[in-house]
Amino acid sequence: MAVLTFPGGIHPPERKELSEKASLERMPLPKTVYCFGHQNLGAPPKIICEVGQRVKTGQVIAQQSGAVSVPLHSPVTGTVKEITKMLHPAQKKKLDVIVIEREEKEEWELMDPIDFTTASREVLYQRILDAGIVGLGGAAFPTHVKYTSTLVRPAELVIINGAECEPYLTIDHRFMLERGDELLNGLRILMKVAGAKKGIIGIETNKPDAVSRMTELAAHDNGIDVLAVKTKYPQGAEKQLIYTTTRLKVPVGGLPIDIGVVMNNVGTAVAVAEAVIEGKPIVERGVTITGEGIQHPKNVIARIGTPISELIEFAGGYKGEPEKVVAGGPMTGPLLQTTETPVMKSTSGVLVLPKPKKAAAPEKPCINCNQCVEVCPMALEPNFLVKLCKAKKNDEAVDMNLLSCIECGACAYICPARIDHVKTFQLTKKVYRAMNTKGRK
Amino acid sequence: MAQVFQSASAPHIRTTDSVRRIMVDVLIALLPAVAVSVWVFGWNALFLCVLGAVGGELIELFIMKVLRKQKDFRPDGSAAVTGLLLTMNVPAGFPWYLLVIGLIVAIGLGKHVYGGLGNNPFNPALVGRVFLVISFPTAMSTWVKAGAWKGAEIVTAATPMGILKDGGLDAALGQASYMDMFLGHIGGCIGEVSALALIAGFIYLLVRKHVSWHIPVAYLGTVLIFSSIFYLINPDQFGTPLFHLLGGGLMLGALFMATDMVTSPSTIKGSLIFGVGCGVITMLIRYVGATPEGVAYSILIMNAVKPLIDKLTRRRPFGSMKKKAVN
Repeated sequence: MAVLTFPGGIHPPERKELSEKASLERMPLPKTVYCFGHQNLGAPPKIICEVGQRVKTGQVIAQQSGAVSVPLHSPVTGTVKEITKMLHPAQKKKLDVIVIEREEKEEWELMDPIDFTTASREVLYQRILDAGIVGLGGAAFPTHVKYTSTLVRPAELVIINGAECEPYLTIDHRFMLERGDELLNGLRILMKVAGAKKGIIGIETNKPDAVSRMTELAAHDNGIDVLAVKTKYPQGAEKQLIYTTTRLKVPVGGLPIDIGVVMNNVGTAVAVAEAVIEGKPIVERGVTITGEGIQHPKNVIARIGTPISELIEFAGGYKGEPEKVVAGGPMTGPLLQTTETPVMKSTSGVLVLPKPKKAAAPEKPCINCNQCVEVCPMALEPNFLVKLCKAKKNDEAVDMNLLSCIECGACAYICPARIDHVKTFQLTKKVYRAMNTKGRK
Repeated sequence: MAQVFQSASAPHIRTTDSVRRIMVDVLIALLPAVAVSVWVFGWNALFLCVLGAVGGELIELFIMKVLRKQKDFRPDGSAAVTGLLLTMNVPAGFPWYLLVIGLIVAIGLGKHVYGGLGNNPFNPALVGRVFLVISFPTAMSTWVKAGAWKGAEIVTAATPMGILKDGGLDAALGQASYMDMFLGHIGGCIGEVSALALIAGFIYLLVRKHVSWHIPVAYLGTVLIFSSIFYLINPDQFGTPLFHLLGGGLMLGALFMATDMVTSPSTIKGSLIFGVGCGVITMLIRYVGATPEGVAYSILIMNAVKPLIDKLTRRRPFGSMKKKAVN
């Protein structure tokens, strides 16, 4: 059988060996947690707790505000010390943070457990929303939004993204090995909400133990297939993994649901199972702490709001002098300006890269080597796009399908001239979108 | 334990490849052809090649540091590639001072007047070559006879393509066998004589993944088909397909000049069109043009068409649906 894959893509060093053998560990609870109000894509929830108020673990501290939004729950039991502003690593501006001082004794405020085999689709959908679940792969897009339209028009297929194509990260790998049962239940719940008869779990071939573990667990479930897919970045990008596993293409400008597919990440499916079966909202998540600049790379379950510096200490601290600390994987994760930044719902990893032996080469002119064209998984021409963007010809760039760019970074990775394609594209998209929404008003 | 870091955007890991590494690899790929030229034409060929590569870099250094005032400019090897390619496009007995003039034109007028690396519309080495052909026609067509430096009697000889143009196929094949042409034991420019050495170098670039096969295969394939048809019409006047593939500057042009990254199209479809265009123009010039050789002009003409090819062969993004019928 041919290896399942998509056109384009790159093969960066995987570096999974640093942490893939490290079993899940629970981080000790932090003394103080810092909860950004804005942890999901879309509208930030409205903060409803007050300074001095005592909150239990799992209690709602910020309410959903709008369709693309989720509530936020207190990750610890304690007292709200202050509501202040901190630099948000992804948004790059100062945003509201709820600071909670933890008490010794933990008290949980859980929702009622639901038997998903008998519950209605609407009840399960509401639970996913109430539990504050967002895409835990790193995008933090509210999960329930992907299923809103399926309540009316059912989907055919739910795909669980176990590709984990970002180099270094191994948290999904460990979840599949150690929490495979919950993952399968999560998928079954999502299939039920979607009204889908079929489920697929796509796993890159560099995790053979996860492939065999999930295949074994799903052996008796006729509706669920486990597929090994080629190890290639960005295999775990939504449109790419859908094509890899189904040969279906999401239309340009469209959504997976347009072709009857919904995709969620491994961690998200596990969170869904916890929310439904145990009634537990998102108060913690799996994080890989790794990189050549970390003493003992680990995979941990950390409470939301735990400072990154505590995770680094838990993994034995720095090895050598760190150059960069990244929240997430090296291809798309934002660089942290300070390790006092807390873990968020989007934090899939903490990656510490040491100072390289040789200083990075400066940016050179594009020599049209076409490697970016060859690797672009969206079949764009990054070499031309970047020139148009730099010349501020935003409309022409959009005509050349700039908006189809998924910002995977394959072009910038492969560029021998060290051109910052992604940064340029992000800026142009932002400017273009701002101009166009203004025009419509 | 707070720590503050510099800001930079993702991705945070990059390939180890660089522009300089690519240029060094191109130079390495040209070495077999340089070696053959020394075997065929003697040490003067080596002297000219070194002069071309080093001279090219020095001229670029002067232009960047003194004329364009880019104090932090560091040589990337691209000017050495241009210089060496220009040298490979002149006869082995070419006067060194004329080569220096050619280098100045190639790097200055071929490259830096357009803004330097990455911005030149035409292959700079070919700009230099055409300048030399027009300005110094005699020097550019005084060919050293293969092996003459070892003490043979006649020192100059025509190239196979030249003999074909003047005397027909039999006369040309009387001077050099196909094996001579394949190995490089023929008259011609320094770098063009050995198809074998050029192919070996190109395979190195393929293995290093710096080039794709599309332009050379389209180019050589077009020449093969075109010359096969005319061979059937009149073999003595038009020559054999093999003769056209091996007897002139085609291999050097198709493998190393038409494939210049900056001046060739981006997409696979565009590369194929580019190669076919080069092939057709080359053969038209060889058959009906005033000169025996047409490789340089054909590539320059297609360089000029490149932006148009790019426009016509835009890729359709992943997930594009078939064009909707206009109501």
